[in-house]
Amino acid sequence: MDETVAEYIRRTVLKIPRDEIKSMLQTWGFLSETQLQTLNFHQTKDNISQDVVQLCEDNSADIKQAAVLDIIYNHIYPNKRIWSVYQMNKTGEETDFFDLTDFKKKFKRRLQSALKNVTINFREYEDNAIWIRIAWGTPYKKPNQYKTSYVVYHSQTPYVFISASVLRSTLPLLCQALVVASNYHDIREMELRSHCLNSLKDIAFKRYSQTFQTYYPRPLQERNVAPENVDLRIIQENRSEKERIQRVNREVFGDGPQPKLEFAQYKVWLMHHFHHYLHVYHRKRGIILKLERGKVSFQEAL
Amino acid sequence: MAVVRPFDKLPALNSAAVLLVGSDESLQQKLAEAILKEKKNFKISIHLATSLPLPSERDHLRPRIDLIAFMIDIKSKYSLKNVEASLAHVDASFFLGKVCFLVTGVGRVNYCSVEMNAIWKLGEVYCSPVLYCELELEGIRVATAQRLLRMLQICAGHIPGVSALSFGLLMRNSADE
Repeated sequence: MDETVAEYIRRTVLKIPRDEIKSMLQTWGFLSETQLQTLNFHQTKDNISQDVVQLCEDNSADIKQAAVLDIIYNHIYPNKRIWSVYQMNKTGEETDFFDLTDFKKKFKRRLQSALKNVTINFREYEDNAIWIRIAWGTPYKKPNQYKTSYVVYHSQTPYVFISASVLRSTLPLLCQALVVASNYHDIREMELRSHCLNSLKDIAFKRYSQTFQTYYPRPLQERNVAPENVDLRIIQENRSEKERIQRVNREVFGDGPQPKLEFAQYKVWLMHHFHHYLHVYHRKRGIILKLERGKVSFQEAL
Repeated sequence: MAVVRPFDKLPALNSAAVLLVGSDESLQQKLAEAILKEKKNFKISIHLATSLPLPSERDHLRPRIDLIAFMIDIKSKYSLKNVEASLAHVDASFFLGKVCFLVTGVGRVNYCSVEMNAIWKLGEVYCSPVLYCELELEGIRVATAQRLLRMLQICAGHIPGVSALSFGLLMRNSADE
């Protein structure tokens, strides 16, 4: 087995929290049950990872199998990366039947024709999500397995969630390959970015609950129950106002869990023109203020 | 009327009411709970509000307010603005010893949004004591609750021989020295 593969597997296993290692290896399925039984999960993670590498050596793992383990890790812990949302458009109404093998073939062909050295892995999940892992190389260098991009594509939707690697130059190629493989015409970036992939999906697919005026007996009952731990000697003067605000919120957003917001970015256009860039970074309670060339933008961490 | 007046209602026997006005509701709640935990021999009611004027529909239920404590967070300019706007709805005779300012967040100098000068001027203009307290720390919260309780007793007239005005003057003179 290649040393780079061994090292990669070792580092991937080290990332996994100790209690999850066994279940993740089982999901991976590369090591047999009997092999997993021989592992002692109560030792230090260093030793566990060494043992796992040894077993993989016995099974002659190659980079493709190691990549599958990486996809599984990122699927379970997507909040370690920042995801951006892209939307694909097609002109005309041809609703093609989505063929997975065709998609994979076209995607691989596109990337490999541009860059000979890429590692591409696919993994499908039940919610129609296709996870793609790409490790980028150049015509002269082997792919760097530590600088990977991830793509989550729900084939029934025009949305793609991309966690680009630090190699920003690969992004146009990736977008192009996606458009070609999925039979769309173009792709554009939406103004949505977050660590929380599920929240992005909720916003893009409009999955967060919005109440429609239906009859809900449940909330009424809840509100009449006074909480027992409120001391009657403490009187909230603004209680009716607070209840009104809660009611309005509930009417607009509903009772279900809402997507998690991380950043709010505001752009303000000024009437004056600055002659040079004025970068004023004003860090107060997580607000970053930038003044440049007639435009003020501030970003607030929520 | 929307203005809070100190003597427009009759006092109740052996009881006192304090009004906490401030934009940080959780801190208000914690301070109120700390006040309730203290030993006292009179009936207390603590009113929490985010700003003045108070909603008029509760006017008839509200007892006479003996002490108003305005809570300002040094880290938030909004809390200062909120308090300044609310001060307009307090009758002038309240400022004869029945108002105090609680300033919290002073421990973290690098998060200050409000100038100390502004706070000091507020105390001067309204002739009321300014108490600096880091209400997020439990020990200081308990101490502040005790101080407020003593002030409340005086403002409600429970301590014979000491009036709110004389106590207020006492606090200001000692602060100046």
